[in-house]
Amino acid sequence: MTASVVRIEDKLYQNRYLVDAGRPHIKVRQHQSPSPNLLALTVVCPAKCYEVNEDGQVEVTADGCMECGTCRVLCEESGDIDWSYPRGGFGVLFKFG
Amino acid sequence: MTEERFDAIVVGAGMSGNAAAYTMASRGLKVLQLERGEYPGSKNVQGAILYASMLETIIPDFRDDAPLERHLIEQRFWVTDDTSHTGMHYRSDDFNEPAPNRYTIIRAQFDKWFSRKVRAAGAIVLCETTVTELALDAAGKVIGVHTDRAGGVIHANVVVLAEGVNGLLGTRARFRKVPKPEAVALAVKEMHFLPEEVINERFGLTGDQGCVIEAAGTISRGMAGLGFLYTNKESISLGIGCLVSHFAATLESPYALLDAFKNHPSIRPLLAGSEIKEYAAHLIPEGGFKAIPQLFGDGWVVVGDAAQLNNAVHREGSNLAMTSGRIAGEAIAAIKSRKHPMTSDNLSLYKAMLDKSFVLKDLRKYKDMPALLHTNSRNFFTTYPQLMSQAAQNFVRVDGTPKIEKERATTAALIKARSRWGLVSDAVRLALAWR
Ligand SMILES: Cc1cc2nc3c(=O)[nH]c(=O)nc-3n(C[C@H](O)[C@H](O)[C@H](O)COP(=O)(O)OP(=O)(O)OC[C@H]3O[C@@H](n4cnc5c(N)ncnc54)[C@H](O)[C@@H]3O)c2cc1C
Ligand code: SF4
Repeated sequence: MTASVVRIEDKLYQNRYLVDAGRPHIKVRQHQSPSPNLLALTVVCPAKCYEVNEDGQVEVTADGCMECGTCRVLCEESGDIDWSYPRGGFGVLFKFG
Repeated sequence: MTEERFDAIVVGAGMSGNAAAYTMASRGLKVLQLERGEYPGSKNVQGAILYASMLETIIPDFRDDAPLERHLIEQRFWVTDDTSHTGMHYRSDDFNEPAPNRYTIIRAQFDKWFSRKVRAAGAIVLCETTVTELALDAAGKVIGVHTDRAGGVIHANVVVLAEGVNGLLGTRARFRKVPKPEAVALAVKEMHFLPEEVINERFGLTGDQGCVIEAAGTISRGMAGLGFLYTNKESISLGIGCLVSHFAATLESPYALLDAFKNHPSIRPLLAGSEIKEYAAHLIPEGGFKAIPQLFGDGWVVVGDAAQLNNAVHREGSNLAMTSGRIAGEAIAAIKSRKHPMTSDNLSLYKAMLDKSFVLKDLRKYKDMPALLHTNSRNFFTTYPQLMSQAAQNFVRVDGTPKIEKERATTAALIKARSRWGLVSDAVRLALAWR
């Protein structure tokens, strides 16, 4: 595992987003302890949207999400997460892409 | 809007969707194109190299007004270890031709331009509209789409799914499965801005000449992956992508990987002083021929990344997307002109035409490549690059060791790392997959 010294907040700060407040497009299913793939998302999500809370469960805050689909590919089939696109016009807005 | 019935609805305004919508609209079909982004391109990420000939087939005079960054005159292939790169560079004045073959582009700008052409051809383009579901009749035929806008089903005779690698609609309708983690790469990318003259000087370029670097080796930390550096007019696109299954297995952080690549001693000086203006992430289909799903059905076809039409070996995707979109558009126009219905049987024409094109021919050629590189990633992306660097260093470093001993050391290092049999079998399998 790589010890990351890069601050993801600084990277995401450069991006443009239109957050659809109160309508997250990704949800994590209730769980006691996370599956290996769900836990992997805390490292593998390129926007670091997934984090482990004090109780050891994985939570998602999708505000900085770049809609890449990595978490969907890893965790949708198992039912660990529910993944949709944001409503039209919302979400990440790449200036260059 | 809901009262109307369209000849075709195109979902997505990326490369494949724009090609399909343009092709159909310019043949007189009544086309509605729906895009979830604020503007076409606002959701799309590419390196990005544009292959001219596939766009030329669709819009012959695209060079007149398309937002092109630089035409490529030099390609560098690098194999890296932690401190070095061993390279093969190809630069030719032949690429300074009147109608150049490859350009760098910036997708957000390019897609907007392409979309203007689509509108000019007569299609209706609606942005900020997410298609939430396909509408099917009792027999399972696609008859239109549901969107997140008010108003019910929008009807069409055929729906072209140009929805990109994440293609939710096709998977929700069970036309295909969610891509497997081993069939997609996650790429992260940054845009580094520098004055045009600085870029020209660093890469030995003049005017709008461009240079690109593709790099493989220890930068991917044993995962199957590639790094790239592409010169735009006033910026450099820098990125790295590796298989999602490998990220999950190694628990590497994508942005730490990107930062390490950026700080590689061979890359860092090329970026010195740049201002970073964006950080992006996107998936790339990597499953190749064997991952291609069903391409058509009653009332629908699928094109581009959504259909895994991507040639990872050659880093080609947008051209396959554009070509599959164009061919789907041509097939649909042909079916309509015969006044035939958009049934699965009739739409199989799209697949038949695609089979004859470079798209499926190329992907078929490399059908065994993904499995080979993906399952032997440590050898191909770490061991061999390190050995290559060692061999090159043995060759160039002059330190009084007799040459014969240096050669023996190189050979011994190779065999020690992989065994004679391992080397031969890797070489044979690579040759077979390439054949
Ligand atoms: C980092 C990176 C580098 C690359 N480099 C190159 C390169 O140098 N050269 C090359 O040829 N290829 C390259 N590719 C591949 C290339 O980008 C893709 O193959 C190409 O963009 C695919 O086009 P597409 O139309 O199929 O999908 P996309 O361009 O992804 O377009 C899909 C569109 O559909 C829209 N959409 C999706 N779902 C919905 C919905 N439900 N409702 C409404 N709209 C929807 C999306 O917003 C998007 O605009 C690269 C890819 C990446 C990620
Ligand atoms: S889609 Fe990508 S960026 Fe968004 S939460 Fe999932 S992994 Fe992170």
